[in-house]
Amino acid sequence: MTKNKPKLHFSRKLLAIPYGLFLAFFVVVPLLIIIYYAFTDDAGKFSLDYVKYFFSENGDSFWDFFTSSNFRTIMRSLFISLASTAICLLIAYPVAYIIAKSKLKNKSMLLLLFIVPMWVNFVLRINALKELLQFIGIYNRSNGWNIFNTILGMVYDFLPFMILPIYTTIIKIDNSYLEAAKDLGATGARAFTKITLPLSKAGIMSGVSMVFLPSMTNYVVSNYLTYSNVKIVGKLIDDYFMGDLWHDGSFIALVLLLFMFLVTWLTGGFKADEITETRGTSLW
Amino acid sequence: MVKFKSLLKWAFIVLALFFIYAPILFLTVNSFNESDMIQSGWKGFSMDHYRYFFDFDNEPIRVVLQTIALALIVALLSTILGTIGAIGIFYSKKKVNGTLSALNRIPVINAEVVTAISFALFISFFGLDKNTYIPLIVGQMIMCTPFVLLSVMPKLRQMDNNLYEAALDLGATPSKALFSVIIPQILPGIIAGFLLAITLSLDDYVITAYTKPDSFKTISTHIYGLSKNNLTGPTIKAAYWAFTAIIFFLIVIAVVCANVVSYKKTRSKK
Repeated sequence: MTKNKPKLHFSRKLLAIPYGLFLAFFVVVPLLIIIYYAFTDDAGKFSLDYVKYFFSENGDSFWDFFTSSNFRTIMRSLFISLASTAICLLIAYPVAYIIAKSKLKNKSMLLLLFIVPMWVNFVLRINALKELLQFIGIYNRSNGWNIFNTILGMVYDFLPFMILPIYTTIIKIDNSYLEAAKDLGATGARAFTKITLPLSKAGIMSGVSMVFLPSMTNYVVSNYLTYSNVKIVGKLIDDYFMGDLWHDGSFIALVLLLFMFLVTWLTGGFKADEITETRGTSLW
Repeated sequence: MVKFKSLLKWAFIVLALFFIYAPILFLTVNSFNESDMIQSGWKGFSMDHYRYFFDFDNEPIRVVLQTIALALIVALLSTILGTIGAIGIFYSKKKVNGTLSALNRIPVINAEVVTAISFALFISFFGLDKNTYIPLIVGQMIMCTPFVLLSVMPKLRQMDNNLYEAALDLGATPSKALFSVIIPQILPGIIAGFLLAITLSLDDYVITAYTKPDSFKTISTHIYGLSKNNLTGPTIKAAYWAFTAIIFFLIVIAVVCANVVSYKKTRSKK
């Protein structure tokens, strides 16, 4: 280390300033504004009114919350998102497993076939699905198929995000583990549950975190496929803001924000790198 | 038994592929249908939807082009900001590095609608004018830049740091060393980040809807808006079937090309 080095390193560090400021202004400040609106009234004074409205829009008892439309929306979203995540997993895991374990020379090409539809604009894709459902006859104004269509749309939209991370973890599993298990007398099923499944847990987790939250909030899918008859949490926030009810909307956004932190924490910390990797792989 | 098992496996793959491709294929076929109402069935082969789509007097082609223009601007700005940020953060102290990396992940993991409304509140809080397009561009940059940073970071970690030091020892100025040593080494990450930013911008609905000037339309907001008004809807919608089919054909061509290239590569290795 010569004497002039520290100064040079200092100059490279300075490059962090523009983006640091960008993040502070356009990510941190907006979140602070949400917190501000969630806990103030129209006069700008501290108020818990909107927190109360959220929990009891009709009555004044806390227990009314469990019969309110907000509660029903949250439960509906949770159901849609749990079902979509589960179905994605049930389709994605076998697909990823079969491709990863196949004897094909060009596995990545087959994988690519599952990813490339993401290049089509997502509203165009959902529109395509809607036209097909309409043709089949299950997209109509009677409400029977609404929840089904919403879940189908979410699965259709998010499936690649589940397939890719699972595939990358399965393909990395060292084959000698499985050979060892076989030599020691384990059946194929036992080797799968004791080796492959635990070792691909990381992929499952990042897949789940990439599907779960978006399918609670992506109201474009639920609106488009159900004549706007299925309301999910994302739409609830949108409705409040479109109706200029900023305080109510901010509180729910805040709840959703905390929920997001909880989910990412439960699924094993921040998965941002995998999300980038998954989206990046879709471009080769 | 083994044969039956493998048959079952491939049947599953084919079914899954069918699920993914059926809607797009269905739309592609109907893009050649004379009718613009799918329910009325096949009314004969026609290129009308394509003709309508490529006519500059009509909205769809203009919307597509301005969506692409917006995506290029957003991706370019995000790539510059994200690359500079990545280099800066990479060489920062642990504390700064950790804080900024954590902040960078918020827009990636956050629900898009929360990012969108928080920025929409920011816009009205500070009285920004949406008609300047600045809120739209900044809003999409909030969504895109973190991905650029996350694409560039791994390349910085893999980079051989000694080369930069060597360049300085040989008399290069820090900025010269930055442009002729660091940037070329992380270029694949920068390009990947740029492409990623383009696709994110092209795809976006929620943030765009909250930040765009009222009269401005992107592909996403245009189609989404059509579902609400059924007067001019059908013709324009059918034009977008043609556009979907065009993208689908381009994808098929790209995949075939990639296949040929990788086939040739494996053959030349032998």
